[in-house]
Amino acid sequence: MVKKPFRKIYIVLLYVFLYAPIVVLIIFSFNNSKLRGNWDGFTFRWYFQLFKDRYILKSLYYTITIAILSSIISTVIGTISALGIYNMKSIKKKIVLNINYLPVLNPDIVTGIALMTLFIFLKMKLGFMTMLLAHITFNIPYVILAVLPKLKQLPKDIIEAALDLGATPVLAFKKVILPEIKPGVITGALIAFTLSIDDFVISFFTTGSGVTNLSITIYSMARRGINPKINALSSLMFLSVLVLLVLINKRTSNKREDVFINEKN
Amino acid sequence: MKKYVIFPYIFWSILFIVVPLILVLIFSITIKANENLVFSLDNFKRFLEPVYIKVLTRSLTLALISTIICLILGYPAALILSKEVTNKRNILIILFIVPMWMNFLLRTYAWMTILGKNGLINNFLSWTGLPTMNLLYNNGAVILGMVYNFLPFMVFPIYTVLNKMDKSVIEAAKDLGANKLKVFLKVVFPLSLPGVTAGITMVFMPAVSTFVISRLLGGGQYMLIGNLIEQQFLFVGDWNFGSALSLIMMIMILISMALMSKYDRKDGGQGLW
Repeated sequence: MVKKPFRKIYIVLLYVFLYAPIVVLIIFSFNNSKLRGNWDGFTFRWYFQLFKDRYILKSLYYTITIAILSSIISTVIGTISALGIYNMKSIKKKIVLNINYLPVLNPDIVTGIALMTLFIFLKMKLGFMTMLLAHITFNIPYVILAVLPKLKQLPKDIIEAALDLGATPVLAFKKVILPEIKPGVITGALIAFTLSIDDFVISFFTTGSGVTNLSITIYSMARRGINPKINALSSLMFLSVLVLLVLINKRTSNKREDVFINEKN
Repeated sequence: MKKYVIFPYIFWSILFIVVPLILVLIFSITIKANENLVFSLDNFKRFLEPVYIKVLTRSLTLALISTIICLILGYPAALILSKEVTNKRNILIILFIVPMWMNFLLRTYAWMTILGKNGLINNFLSWTGLPTMNLLYNNGAVILGMVYNFLPFMVFPIYTVLNKMDKSVIEAAKDLGANKLKVFLKVVFPLSLPGVTAGITMVFMPAVSTFVISRLLGGGQYMLIGNLIEQQFLFVGDWNFGSALSLIMMIMILISMALMSKYDRKDGGQGLW
């Protein structure tokens, strides 16, 4: 419809808009001056300070621990639950699925304060445990939503065939169902891991007593104004995203089409 | 297979999804009187005070403006992406996703460093001798932050629908003598509406409930409903009013989603998630 040069200019401008802030952050992470905008020579100072900052390192530790634990636990519970939901009768299935949708559809802030209310109501001490429980809770629905379509694609009689041939239900699950739904399970686990690592709002409300993740740390630092250590942290995180991207791309370059199709379904 | 495998999750979802929401509901329709909770609709009455109505209208307006900007910027982008050849398209899409993988707070913080008083733009202005501007801590900065963070949520659903669209329909329209503009208005755009509605919901929802963007880019005085809820729970300690606010926001969002899905034919572009 529109002439080609215009299209190109538009796309270029759009990508400039998307990347400019990140590039600025990275450049200024090497800036010697604490005052923004004034270039005052190249330095690694902020990176050294970053690695000396106990508070940031601790929150990095919590972020990763909670992401790993919550994604493993929610993948296990989610996969088993998806299997249960798949085998349910229509009305019950609808109810469970709709409840399952609630954390996905609800704004994070509502999920966050609702869980906080529950934890305090149950007289639980806000901290690592409550944050982990909250993460598992908002992760499970995504795992279920990733696994269910794969279960629907299973040939109807494949389970019965396995059982008829003498497999126990557990063995049938391990040897027949799991290999078939594996892509869905892996997708679910990856979604859970990313959501957990990136979560701010729900963690913000469900944590306490000195336990913070990176997002909360960044928030409390950014609220006080500009801090070059955050820039250094951003550059490192952007770098790790890029490395991750290259790794995933290499691993799945031959599977890409398949993943693409799965995500569309 | 065994039915009982679902029991742990039923227990889990009742405890961690249903009960918390019921607690919020109970808190919203009660007030604290002598350490006891007494039934009352005062919280909702209080919400009708001009101060809070103003916060609500501000949240809705800012979210709406950002959604419209996202649509105006995002639709052409989705259209252009869908017309690229496969190889180039995949690269462009990956490049589009990469910034999204950065932490949401860092992406918002990045704009603080650009728009701030000693930020890049103002520095450039004073270097050229022009007067500096107040770019941060106003509505414009909040809208910019929303558009920057949520634009991909608009582009991807529309892109998915455009990409799946049956190309022969477009060819048929052309064969029947429609010009390019007519093909777009009469064929492509109507067929892409499910993606548009999905995109609108996916942008509007986080935009209306955010409290981070308004806090970091809008400064203290620009309070949105999300900030109000945060304040009630964490600083004021009035859980009853805070719960009522959350309930109002939740209902508002569920209604707008129901409205949007009415226009949503068959399967939308939600496939991405």
